[in-house]
Amino acid sequence: MNGLDARVPGISPDRPFRGRVTTFGALSWSGFRRYATYRQATIAGSFTNTVFGFLRCYVLLAVAAGAAGGRAAGYDAEQLATFVWVGQGLLTVVSLWGWTELADRIRSGDVAADLLRPVHPVIGYLAPDLGRAAHAMIFRFLPPLTVGALFFDLYAPSRWFTVPLFALSVLLAVIGSFGLRFLVNATAYWLHDARGPITLWVLSAGVLAGLYFPLRFLPDWLAVTLWVGTPFPGLLQTPADVLVERDPAPVQAALVALQALWAAALLGLAAVVQRRAEKRLVAQGG
Amino acid sequence: MGELRAYGALFLGQWRSLASYRASFAVDLATNILGAVLDVVAVLVLFGATRTVAGFTLREGLLVVSLSSCGFATADLVVGNIDRLKTYVRTGAMDAVLTRPLGALPQLVLMDMPLRKGLRVAVAVAVLITALRLNHVDWTPARAALVVIAPLSGALFFGAIFVASASLAFWWVESGEVGSAFTYGGRDFTAYPVPVFEGWFRAVFAYGMGFGFVAYQPALTLLEHPDPLGLPAGAGFLSPLVALVAAGVAAVVWRAGIRHYRSTGS
Repeated sequence: MNGLDARVPGISPDRPFRGRVTTFGALSWSGFRRYATYRQATIAGSFTNTVFGFLRCYVLLAVAAGAAGGRAAGYDAEQLATFVWVGQGLLTVVSLWGWTELADRIRSGDVAADLLRPVHPVIGYLAPDLGRAAHAMIFRFLPPLTVGALFFDLYAPSRWFTVPLFALSVLLAVIGSFGLRFLVNATAYWLHDARGPITLWVLSAGVLAGLYFPLRFLPDWLAVTLWVGTPFPGLLQTPADVLVERDPAPVQAALVALQALWAAALLGLAAVVQRRAEKRLVAQGG
Repeated sequence: MGELRAYGALFLGQWRSLASYRASFAVDLATNILGAVLDVVAVLVLFGATRTVAGFTLREGLLVVSLSSCGFATADLVVGNIDRLKTYVRTGAMDAVLTRPLGALPQLVLMDMPLRKGLRVAVAVAVLITALRLNHVDWTPARAALVVIAPLSGALFFGAIFVASASLAFWWVESGEVGSAFTYGGRDFTAYPVPVFEGWFRAVFAYGMGFGFVAYQPALTLLEHPDPLGLPAGAGFLSPLVALVAAGVAAVVWRAGIRHYRSTGS
């Protein structure tokens, strides 16, 4: 058995880090290409996001017009319009609606194949999800934002670091959302059917992430509790607030740092849950 | 008679499936109540951040959103799941529906009526009653009739929108979320007074497609509130007429779709 064993030949056996990066990149690229094939769904989705953009934008502008000084909850009209259109674009990037792939694979048993791969399952799902998000950033974020810019006055950031900080914030939002979606889907390891938790996730994510109304419209104590106590504002509200410069620079940076903490915690939790689930799966499989 | 019995059997099947998955039904029911409450809370929060929205107070806004959600929740309960038509068309399940000697639309409706959405209607009616008590309505027989007619017309109108937008799948299988722009988008549009919206967008949704007559015009008539957009005071009574026209259009679109349907061939 000279040199023959079950080990998979590495892409770059002498430099394991490079191998890992290459694998991660290849998986991400596969996620990007997969979503690039759903062209009609992309067009249909962008159309719907745009219609909702008009609806929400007019409502928030009417609220601002009726408020004292034309500012509602610290946003002026341009900031609110930008908030709405950025939110409509980002909601697909952070996949605020359902993602049931893992739950479906757990139910059908296909997840067993994921465990055979030489990549940790959390990483194995995260990498394609980042590819998906990159695709959505180009084909689902930009179209509604462009329409919004054509029909409404949008806010142009004035600080030089706002746009890079926004990019970082979006990346952290995608990771945070992935962690949450992974955890919600992973309930299927125990419940076999994750439809209940997924419905609950879609509902709470929409409200608590700031899609229906900016969370600053809530009383201060409630908004702060949501921000610190739950990861939801980090999915949509934080990137949008960063881009429209709702807060002074230190608060802007602190919000992104909070997002990073939540993203790291959720990824860690996902890994722990996965490990426990794997033990359980082995017990089931006999 | 035999036909009715067949429809009854389809509906009973629904009940039996509920009885066998009780826990899942309970979770769904709870989530639906939460969803219905949140729809109203969203409107309250937005009105709470300001004094008036497009010249309407919170109480008046509550009447508009409650009329809208009564109509939408009822339509969603009865025909909401028709948006799964695109799945039936893609998988070829539509063939089985068409070979049976029963109407295609009633079958699809009864095959998966989302009974869990029933409590949404109850929540919507409760909010409507609260809104009527908060506002000072000068009750006349005509207005009392309108309170009953408006939600029913709204239900018929939204039902027509659901059927028409689902029919899109007969021509464009991958239409995906486009239908939601008009069903859920329509709900969001009718949840606020029409003057909130502006320009061509308002013209298309409110008058072109008729969403303005679901909740806004009936609410104005009930409140004797003059229309800032200039329609006469009795325009709210037009809502059944608008709903009937919408239902007629939806019926034509549906029939054309059924005739256009070619099986997936699988």
